[in-house]
Amino acid sequence: MTNFKFTEENLKKIDEIIKKYPVKRPAVMPVLYIAQEQNGWISQEVMLEVAKILDMHPEEVLGIVTFYTMYYQKPMGKYHIQVCTNVSCMLRGAYEIYDRVKDKLGIGNMQVTGDKIFSLEEVECMGSCGTAPMIAVNEDYYENLSKEKVEEILESLKKS
Amino acid sequence: MEKIVLPDIKDLHLIDVYIKNNGFNAVKKALLQKPDDIIDQVKRSGLRGRGGAAFSTGLKWSFMPKTTDKPKYLCVNGDESEPGSFKDRQIFEYNPHQLIEGILITCYAIGAKTAYVYIRGEYHKWIKLFQKALDDAYSQGYVGKGMKTKFQTDFFCDIYVHKGAGAYICGEESSLMNSLEGKRGYPRVKPPFPAQFGLWGCPTTINNVETITNVPAIINNGWEWFSKIGEPKHPGTILYGISGHVNKPGVYELPSGMLLTDLIYNYAGGVPGNKKILCVIPGGSSMPPLRGDKIEGVKMDAESLKAVGTSIGTGGIIVMDEDTDLVKVLARIAKFYYHESCGQCTPCREGTGWMLKILNRILNNEGSSKDLDLLISVASNIEGNTICALGEAAAWPVKFMVQRFRDYFEKRVSPEVLIPVANKVHSMRHTAFPIADIKE
Ligand SMILES: Cc1cc2nc3c(=O)[nH]c(=O)nc-3n(C[C@H](O)[C@H](O)[C@H](O)COP(=O)(O)O)c2cc1C
Ligand code: SF4
Ligand code: FES
Repeated sequence: MTNFKFTEENLKKIDEIIKKYPVKRPAVMPVLYIAQEQNGWISQEVMLEVAKILDMHPEEVLGIVTFYTMYYQKPMGKYHIQVCTNVSCMLRGAYEIYDRVKDKLGIGNMQVTGDKIFSLEEVECMGSCGTAPMIAVNEDYYENLSKEKVEEILESLKKS
Repeated sequence: MEKIVLPDIKDLHLIDVYIKNNGFNAVKKALLQKPDDIIDQVKRSGLRGRGGAAFSTGLKWSFMPKTTDKPKYLCVNGDESEPGSFKDRQIFEYNPHQLIEGILITCYAIGAKTAYVYIRGEYHKWIKLFQKALDDAYSQGYVGKGMKTKFQTDFFCDIYVHKGAGAYICGEESSLMNSLEGKRGYPRVKPPFPAQFGLWGCPTTINNVETITNVPAIINNGWEWFSKIGEPKHPGTILYGISGHVNKPGVYELPSGMLLTDLIYNYAGGVPGNKKILCVIPGGSSMPPLRGDKIEGVKMDAESLKAVGTSIGTGGIIVMDEDTDLVKVLARIAKFYYHESCGQCTPCREGTGWMLKILNRILNNEGSSKDLDLLISVASNIEGNTICALGEAAAWPVKFMVQRFRDYFEKRVSPEVLIPVANKVHSMRHTAFPIADIKE
């Protein structure tokens, strides 16, 4: 097992975060985000290190990681494509978009392409119902989409 | 009509523009009055929560204990994950300082020194926008210790942003508090209510983003002014979010009590292709759906919607035209609640899965007429038997959709009971195979 260590810079960030709360534990969610940014995903080693820093039991950290869908328990693609298929998006063609992305990338839900460039996730409502259908790529929203537009987005990401 | 929450002022998200437009004058005014007087004004204004339950905001604040040796907290609910809701993000983007000012006034009124704004994790962009506004307000002394010199008072409070990580249930107030404490987002049994036992066991008030953003306007213009806007029993404006089959989906800030048809046809531009409306969900996906032929004359406010058997919820209106496959819609809604149930209560954990299974069966043309009553039975057994209201949120769409569109659903099932595989039962006597055939 290779150890996971936070960078000096991230340790400073963590110190700042802990100050926002009367006790240490609430920092676990933001700290996991920092870890995920540094490591790409939340591995066993990450959880052990987070637990150590925040005086938590590693299983408590595991409990958090498994409860919240935005912590990844395996490496995802460089571009994580999230397609909302909830009601408002569905009414405006979200499943056609989801199927197009699946076909284009040749992967299913929560899978990663062989070249590790893309991963795919079918997500619940993202709060873009008024600009549906939508996808998110990593942290960015793309709204008011059509199948063609989604294909263009995937093409341009592939080139970049 | 004057807009309160999202006024049409260019660049209002910038602190200088906000200040030029009467910004931070309400908190100045509030700090010269007694906290109880602020609570009284908000109570009289008739402001009701915009997060779903439409509870009186002033009344909620008055539940906070006056004498306590514990710190008090304010939680601002920006989890906004109810399908069909996309209004709070507009506030983070276009009017964040009014939200900040509302938080300051609320903290002063309830005696809190710390406020946490819980924003859903997917809203990376809006978290950054709000954080930027907050940083600006801090650096100009409107938030934090700087308030002492800025406003010449003893009162100050801090505001922190807490980022969620993808769990609808964390919008439920007690789940949100557990999440903020760094735990799994499990709702708590109530009572005790947050005002007695909230964050870290301390007295806590929790309000929706839109609710809090209304507060500065009430202080500036007086409770009487506010109470006269829209429907008297649920006054003020509402950020109506309209989505689905309409020509101009989006958020429209208008007085409460607007006609549903007016919103759909005049503001949201009607239904594409002039199709008829089959179904409307008036307040986010967990609210009981209405038949399209029953929306004439229906007004959008808590009391009017209650009278027609549904609820205002988050004001997120989802419109479905006559060609919509309602079984597919309901199965998708059921899938959502199945995915989001936290799993603490058996009726919710198991029932959401059963409802989804039955609906998928109907969707695959394998449903029987018995399945419709079964759906209603499962939904009714979830309702009222759970720790939190996600139980109702999951049960209502199923129960009321099947009841109100019975004719529609009857056409999708056959009277025969098809059992493609033997039901799995645990007792040997009930297996479909001779006992001798079952070998270890
Ligand atoms: C399952 C569930 C999800 C909820 N999600 C939200 C939400 O995303 N945002 C919100 O403001 N309130 C949400 N609520 C309502 C909150 O529990 C709470 O009533 C509300 O934040 C109180 O604020 P208000 O009085 O200003 O409306 C949810 C409730 C339930 C049962
Ligand atoms: S009703 Fe559902 S979401 Fe709410 S506490 Fe029970 S299992 Fe969890
Ligand atoms: S339903 Fe897709 S963003 Fe809301």
